[in-house]
Amino acid sequence: MLLKDKVALVTGGASGIGRSIALVMAREGAKVLVADLDDTAGCETMELIRAAGAEAEFFHLDTTDPGQHAEAVRHAQTRFGKLDAACNNAGISVGRSKSYLPVGESSVVDWLDIMDVNLNGVFYGLRAQIPALMQNGGGSIVNTASIMGQVAAKRLGAYVASKHGVVGLTKCAALEYANEGIRINAVAPGYVDTPILKFKSDAERAELAAKHPVGRLGRPDEIAELVAWLSSDRASFVTGAYYAADGGYLAQ
Amino acid sequence: MRRFEQKSILVTGGAAGIGLAAAQCFIREGGYVTLVDVDERALRQAVENLGSSAAYCVADVSDARQTQEYIACSMSRNERIDIALLNAGIEGPIATIDGTRIEDFDRVMSVNVRSAWLALASLLPLMRRQGGGSIVMTSSISGLRGTAGQGAYVASKHALVGLMKTAALEGAPHGIRVNAVCPAPVQTRMIEALENGFNSASPEDAKKMILSGIPLNRYAAPDEIANLIAYLASDEAGFCTGAAYPVDGGASAGPARHIQES
Repeated sequence: MLLKDKVALVTGGASGIGRSIALVMAREGAKVLVADLDDTAGCETMELIRAAGAEAEFFHLDTTDPGQHAEAVRHAQTRFGKLDAACNNAGISVGRSKSYLPVGESSVVDWLDIMDVNLNGVFYGLRAQIPALMQNGGGSIVNTASIMGQVAAKRLGAYVASKHGVVGLTKCAALEYANEGIRINAVAPGYVDTPILKFKSDAERAELAAKHPVGRLGRPDEIAELVAWLSSDRASFVTGAYYAADGGYLAQ
Repeated sequence: MRRFEQKSILVTGGAAGIGLAAAQCFIREGGYVTLVDVDERALRQAVENLGSSAAYCVADVSDARQTQEYIACSMSRNERIDIALLNAGIEGPIATIDGTRIEDFDRVMSVNVRSAWLALASLLPLMRRQGGGSIVMTSSISGLRGTAGQGAYVASKHALVGLMKTAALEGAPHGIRVNAVCPAPVQTRMIEALENGFNSASPEDAKKMILSGIPLNRYAAPDEIANLIAYLASDEAGFCTGAAYPVDGGASAGPARHIQES
């Protein structure tokens, strides 16, 4: 088991990639704090982990609230005694208007919604988690970026900017805490079959699948395995890196 | 769970260092490994230590006919190749571009790049017929950035990244995944040669200079690279293809000198 007796915190753990990360980390021996805005689905993830015989807790987290990140970390420490790993995974692809628009037509509130969850949320997570990991004598953080952390796609201005931001923040934090035994990395999923694609029609989903050289969308567990690996001691020399799991998308 | 149960695995540059560490990893999890190298004595020793799951074939990987031979040798044992680690490589002499002899440049490109191209040219059709496979290539942090005094090596490792991406695109419709690992200096024979090459009077100073560029402030152990190779080679990495994965102690994240804060 990759994460035996470790304690991990996963934001956006209620559904999609985040739920899969929580499940795989638990399968690999971790006690998992599932953090999400969605209490019902978040508790479902917790129950799935418990049903598989591992330990899990749910914590209500609005990732745009710095104070709640601090509380989430304290909750993990209180409930499980420490924190070894965190995955800042909460993310959205559209703002409150649910529209995908070119930069010149995008609303300021949509921009702020996306930046707040995808970039500010990761920053708030890092600044709450890093002190806990230092107290722990080291640990690992994985941030869920995206292929949009390296390239762009039309009508995704805020999303692309936020994910590029996550990659830069990840590298900077990695340099700063390399000497403290804390490794910090980012993963770059391609388009993955999750609720984040729920606004897409079947034809649009097929179109997205065709953008990948492998000709299909990713599965949540294919990202979760990579996150679990990066969180484990097997990745002891990996920090400040941006790891793709994208079916060849970025190689084109 | 043993990730490489009954898998047939080819490892070039397998007599020592990263290749040998990867072979150990594969065998520990149930794989059968054919090691390829130019150094027969080291190969024999390695296979003796690895046990009956390992075999070897002596070959110069830059030679077209010998490439056919080592692939045939691996096929004759297991009738398929599920995983290939194209890892053979040399560092070449430390010299500025204008101070490098043409034959030294050609030698580095031949052992590091021509070899990989030759292997891919045989492995891609073979894996296509099998219905899939996974190939991992050993590039380097020098495949992602430049280093003064290592023109040929840097060019060769960048070339491997480009070749890897192309092979990934060509293999994708056939279930063949191709990826590269990009290590920072690893504690192997090669790093000792590099320390001497950069500063023969004081390899210790060369080591300090090299480590000052690695945020984790140490060389990697061969196992740490082997762990990543094993992950990418395994089915767990099913959506990973066409990517170069740094395993470099943070070196490619930024120019990370250990500067005292003022």
